[in-house]
Amino acid sequence: MKHILKHILLVLALCLPALTQAAIDPALLQPLAGDDPDARVDAVARIAATGSADARTVLQALLDDELAATPDGRVLVLHGDQALDPATGKTLPVPDGADGIVVNNRLRGAAQAALSGLALLAPETERRLAAAQALQGKELDAAQAPLLRQALQRETDPGIRTILAQLVAGADLGSNDPARRKAAVVALADSGTPALRPQLQAMLARNPDGGYVEGDAALRAAAEATLRAIDRRSARNDIIANLFYGVSLGSVLLLAALGLAITFGLMGIINMAHGELLMIGAYTTYVVQSLFRHYLPGAADWYLVAALPASFAVAFAVGVLLERSVIRWLYGRPLETLLATWGISLVLMQAVRTIFGAQNVEVANPAWMSGGVTVLGSLVLPYNRIAIIVFAVLVVAAVWLVLNRTRLGLFVRAVMQNRRMADCVGVPTGRIDMLTFGLGSGIAGLGGVALSQLGNVGPDLGQSYIVDSFMVVVLGGVGQLAGTVIGALGLGEINKFLEPLAGAVMAKICILAVIIIFIQRRPQGLFALKGRSVE
Amino acid sequence: MNHLYSRRGWSVLAACTFLAALLPLLHLALPAGHPLHVSGYAMGLVGKFMCYALAALALDLVWGYTGILSLGHGLFFALGAYAHGMYLMRAIGRDGSYGSALPDFMVFLDWKDYPWYWAFTDHFWYCMLLVVLVPGLVAFVFGWFAFRSRIKGVYFSIITQALTYACMLLFFRNDTGFGGNNGFTDFKRILDFPITAPGTRTALYLATLALLVGALLLCRWIVRSKLGRVLQGVRDAESRLMFIGYDPLAFKLFVWTLSAVLCAIAGALYVPQVGIINPSEMSPANSIEMVVWVAIGGRGTLAGPILGAFAVNGLKSWFTAAFPDLWLFALGLLFILVTLFMRRGILGTLPALQRLLPVALRGKPAVREAKEEAA
Repeated sequence: MKHILKHILLVLALCLPALTQAAIDPALLQPLAGDDPDARVDAVARIAATGSADARTVLQALLDDELAATPDGRVLVLHGDQALDPATGKTLPVPDGADGIVVNNRLRGAAQAALSGLALLAPETERRLAAAQALQGKELDAAQAPLLRQALQRETDPGIRTILAQLVAGADLGSNDPARRKAAVVALADSGTPALRPQLQAMLARNPDGGYVEGDAALRAAAEATLRAIDRRSARNDIIANLFYGVSLGSVLLLAALGLAITFGLMGIINMAHGELLMIGAYTTYVVQSLFRHYLPGAADWYLVAALPASFAVAFAVGVLLERSVIRWLYGRPLETLLATWGISLVLMQAVRTIFGAQNVEVANPAWMSGGVTVLGSLVLPYNRIAIIVFAVLVVAAVWLVLNRTRLGLFVRAVMQNRRMADCVGVPTGRIDMLTFGLGSGIAGLGGVALSQLGNVGPDLGQSYIVDSFMVVVLGGVGQLAGTVIGALGLGEINKFLEPLAGAVMAKICILAVIIIFIQRRPQGLFALKGRSVE
Repeated sequence: MNHLYSRRGWSVLAACTFLAALLPLLHLALPAGHPLHVSGYAMGLVGKFMCYALAALALDLVWGYTGILSLGHGLFFALGAYAHGMYLMRAIGRDGSYGSALPDFMVFLDWKDYPWYWAFTDHFWYCMLLVVLVPGLVAFVFGWFAFRSRIKGVYFSIITQALTYACMLLFFRNDTGFGGNNGFTDFKRILDFPITAPGTRTALYLATLALLVGALLLCRWIVRSKLGRVLQGVRDAESRLMFIGYDPLAFKLFVWTLSAVLCAIAGALYVPQVGIINPSEMSPANSIEMVVWVAIGGRGTLAGPILGAFAVNGLKSWFTAAFPDLWLFALGLLFILVTLFMRRGILGTLPALQRLLPVALRGKPAVREAKEEAA
């Protein structure tokens, strides 16, 4: 009994100064330490609405698991063995029995949203813009509306104002005031995001007793119109997103298959080790990245510039070595080439596994590749995807130039069209074979650089692309650069448009099935050369 | 091909069959400490190799004799295995770890009943019918489309590879209803006999041996018949054959489907002996490995692929135990060296090696052998 009394006295003593100079009302903080999940989320929103620097500290501490509750119900921010009491702004040693506040995902989400809400009041325009964008697509509730409204009032930048107005409307949908709700619904009609759909739909739902949740009929009609507008917009955005990701996937396939289009398409070599040449390109990128980190840490972001020629050179060298040592003995025996190159692929894979280990290695995107550009309100196009598309275009252009505008390209085409005649007029066919194979391999190396920026780099990297690459080349028609490009883009688009309907794996299976059926109809691919031969 | 039909060929075949049939006897009759005792592990290993040999034999029929290189025979092998596996899963009954009538993976997925295609799979003979019919039908339909549009050579190979790859992805999905990644395993009994008992294993072993020898004799008969001649015509000069007036479609389709069925039977025998089947059996790498058995043994020799399957897998068992890191190097080099220097495989190179030996060391004079064949 005496013990408890002592505690109460202590609490009172501590509370007295707090009452006079509270930075944050302790009544706001207290629910955080409690058990009621709704009250906790509500408290987060209310703390944020104070808009003070202390609110920021508390919320950040909540996210960092540095918030503790004392047995007497105070909430403290821990800094090592010191604790800051946000209610008083004073630092004190950590009291006995202070227990960390458990943060669940819902509370974490609320705190994150509130923090980005606070960032809306930051002095720098970029930070405000980033904060506003971060809030887009998140679920907002009415408790956040005051903070947003405050930010909107202060805001001067028109771009941010548009976003904020939308956010305010989104938050107002849950407001208790019908006039506000109506204004929000109308405001959202021309700028709504799909994330608000459930809230609008909830307005149209009926209660169990048959009446509408939303009493006002005019408001319901407005909500319906807004819903339709949102659906139209999101359908359009989906199509654009699918198109973009389809082109992006197509470029990846194209980069993976372009080297094969040369070795298989032009030379007729079934190079099963093609995937491993991609892998070699990716691993070269990894090595270059490590070298940069070690010797040129200042320029680490530009390692890709050096990785491109390095990967090309390494893959070119491996390709030339393969051609001279194995493949040239197998010309005219395609099935045996297939087996020998499969053997080569096993050796290369195991070699990489021995040197670099069986685990995936980490290849980081350079800083300028992270992030993305936002178009049409809510559609984010990542920079690394855009970079790959641009890169694919450049590589295709380069290959086309080499094949059609250089002496080497002339020789390559001559040897492929009529080896004997080319030999007679003095083309060194053996050397041209070697260089062509090297060129195809080098391009595979470039493809490997691109793949290293998108996914895992491991010894099995090549295996996952080999079937796809052959499909692209076979679909496009052998010996046709344009066919390969169209085949790759077509496959990418079909894949991306099927994925939402059937799921990623089923989409892939469907595509393989479609290709198998397609090849039955046109065994020579999309762009077949016309000829009279029976074979 | 004299070694196939000579008296010596027959006697080697009979001797090998006898030796193989002797293994289970040594396993069952002799006590564990006896120097001639064969362990259950060794017998299981040979049984597994015989399944591989049957698959290789099936592949030789299409590749060695008809010139169709399939990179998708792993699919038929796995389909046969899955069809038998369905029965074995049903036979577990309520002994699974959840004690349910459904297989563990279905309980895990919270399914309430078997999907429709699992109907009747609790009958052994129905599943045996599926072993033959499902891969046969898949092969027939695929082959009909492919051969009708005259896809051949490497195109056919690449498409078969895509086919098995697509099916692998399909079987990896949990929703396909075949256990996803884990496939079927943990079998308890077959036809009410406990599956791990020495007697059951011996019976499975002997069944495999009988089917392998039977399949070898069947293939031998086929390639010797007029049909076999046409098949070799397809391999050597298909367009010439067409100009003479044959339609290769029916011939190719027949041998392709037969080969798929043989391969499926090999898979069906493989499951109970190895105790697991999962989608990785359909991975393109496995199918290519089968091709290597044929290439190393000698394609177009029938006995060669069997030899190749034993040699490569024996080597694999030894390598993966002794130098696990080096196995893929060894396999890769084997691929390269065989294609570069031993185009006709072990059996195909044997006569050439014999000719290099001094006359006194040759077993029989080549002339006498040729006479035997003529007679």
